[in-house]
Amino acid sequence: MNRIVKFVVLDILKNRIVLVYTFILAVLSWSVFSLEDSSTKGLLSLLNIILLIVPLVSIIFTTIYLYNSAEFIELLLSQPIQRKKIWLSLFMGMSVSMLLAFVIGAGIPLLVYEASSVGLMMLGTGCLVSVVFVAIAFLSAIITRDKAKGIGISIMLWLFFALLYDGLILFLMFQLSDYPIEKAMVGISALNPISLARILILLHLDVSAMMGYTGAIFKDFFGTTAGLFVSFFLLILWVIVPFYISLLKFKKKDL
Amino acid sequence: MKTLTAIFFLLHVALFASATVIHVGKDFPVQQIQAAIRQAKNGDTVMVHGGWYKEGNLLIDKPLVLLGINRPVLDGQKKFEVVSIKADRVVLDGFRIQGSGYATLEDPCAIKVYDSNEVTLSNNILDDNFFGIYIQYGKNCIVKNNQILAYGTEEQQIGNGIHCWKSDSLQIIGNTISGHRDGIYFEFVSNSVIWRNCAHHNIRYGLHFMFSNDDAYITNIFRHNGAGVAVMFSKNVKMFDNLFEENWGDAAYGLLLKEINDSYIFGNRFVSNTSGIFMDGTNRVKVEKNVFENNGWGMKIQASCNDNEVVANNFLGNTFDISTNGTLVLNTFNGNYWDKYEGYDLDKNNIGDVPFHPLSIFSVIVENNPPAMLLFRSFIVTLLDKSEKLIPTLTPDNFIDKTPLMRSLEL
Repeated sequence: MNRIVKFVVLDILKNRIVLVYTFILAVLSWSVFSLEDSSTKGLLSLLNIILLIVPLVSIIFTTIYLYNSAEFIELLLSQPIQRKKIWLSLFMGMSVSMLLAFVIGAGIPLLVYEASSVGLMMLGTGCLVSVVFVAIAFLSAIITRDKAKGIGISIMLWLFFALLYDGLILFLMFQLSDYPIEKAMVGISALNPISLARILILLHLDVSAMMGYTGAIFKDFFGTTAGLFVSFFLLILWVIVPFYISLLKFKKKDL
Repeated sequence: MKTLTAIFFLLHVALFASATVIHVGKDFPVQQIQAAIRQAKNGDTVMVHGGWYKEGNLLIDKPLVLLGINRPVLDGQKKFEVVSIKADRVVLDGFRIQGSGYATLEDPCAIKVYDSNEVTLSNNILDDNFFGIYIQYGKNCIVKNNQILAYGTEEQQIGNGIHCWKSDSLQIIGNTISGHRDGIYFEFVSNSVIWRNCAHHNIRYGLHFMFSNDDAYITNIFRHNGAGVAVMFSKNVKMFDNLFEENWGDAAYGLLLKEINDSYIFGNRFVSNTSGIFMDGTNRVKVEKNVFENNGWGMKIQASCNDNEVVANNFLGNTFDISTNGTLVLNTFNGNYWDKYEGYDLDKNNIGDVPFHPLSIFSVIVENNPPAMLLFRSFIVTLLDKSEKLIPTLTPDNFIDKTPLMRSLEL
């Protein structure tokens, strides 16, 4: 299994796209911190990178890589290796390379310029978001054999989580503003990994505003140690569930 | 001339001769403070030496100077009002006063001043009392360098640190107050000054003004109170060079202005509050050269405010600089520095060439629909904000600073 992981990682490195991704992340992060006069503004720019670019690259690159390595997977299947091991190694390989890219590209400037609780929270959530979208890509790649369709699903999922979901919530909020929906909103937001990551960072970034009326409700939930554990647990669940479903499908799949 | 000098000299001698000093303490003939007061004549000095005095209520009913040597303790045993002052020109200095009683009808205090003028209360430590210092119908009184501590947890269970009622020309200087309901409370107090005090960790307000006109508070620190300062139903209040810090919570404001007219807010710093200034029904107030830094909301200006001027302030790193609850704009903003300003300055005169809209649409949305705060900094909200900045539809288009500064003021 370790050999397959190593092979996948090396193969991705040879591909150079991940290297370019790392480089772009690094350029963006270093520049937002050194161009802006206060590190808060740099953090805000980096927040948008984490919430938009990181999920996008993770999900698209992983989906395409999976389709492209279909022949390699078939070759592996002809060997006496469990299907579970193959799929898991592929996942590990992808996750490791995405994580490395994020930590080297964005993590280092983050730690250099802003080694506070906000910075650490950004680093942690950024890593988790990378892995979550690798897992979602595994699911969308296994659903259909058609490459165009699979990539389409990935893009749709990204659009949904990154843009549409918040818009829907905003709409719901206006429709139901007469009702006490604060707690329900906390629950619904936690169902989107990107929203969850955003709120976790927000609680550190805009701490004064979050101490206000509804902010206090969110802080009561997300801000406590228990809430923090629950949030991270939910994010990890977002890794495990999509990957596990894809694994079940992969085991039964007729290749 | 000679006779005059002689008379003057004799007068002096007479004066000194009449002002005797009475010592109170274990090693002296007089053991009780109350006995010493009874024995003393107007203008005498009572020196109270270190020790534990449990005399119930101590009544000072003639002009005396009471000096504590080695910080004597006056203990109310949680039953009595500890010191009652019912005479003019009393000085009380250097005591430790603790354990006043608790009663909601009589409001027992550590020190209460009844209808007296020119009383000086200085250098005392007031520990664990219901009310700290209470001045009613006082004039020209000085409260200076006292430390006032209490350990209240609920508003109803604890009184105010320094409570002044129907008084005039007071000076509240250099006191530290914590753990009370309101740090300093003014009701119907005029022509008074509050200077260099520190009110922190009080349950309700650091400083509370009601119906108190023509007062000034200068260079005070209000930190981590339920709300920093509440100024209500008053006019001509001057607020200079104070620091409002870490007043966090739903109804927590650095400075709450309600029904205030003709006042001047100058040179203050508002740091890390949920709301820096909250204005409601405020008219003709000038807000000048203040710093708003890292607040949730820099200023919340309700639509009921009229003719206020916000001039030459720095807004740095606030989540929202300004919010309001209506579309009516009767206030002016000029020459402030906003760190969210993205305009340009072609003629290099340090004034931005395009006006700045300090009101973001999301602050309006959150004002009407607080749970929306959950969506803050999401892509959709950023998008909304940007398009609203270009073409204002929901926010009033005359809510602008026409001369935003390009560089922050040095304040």
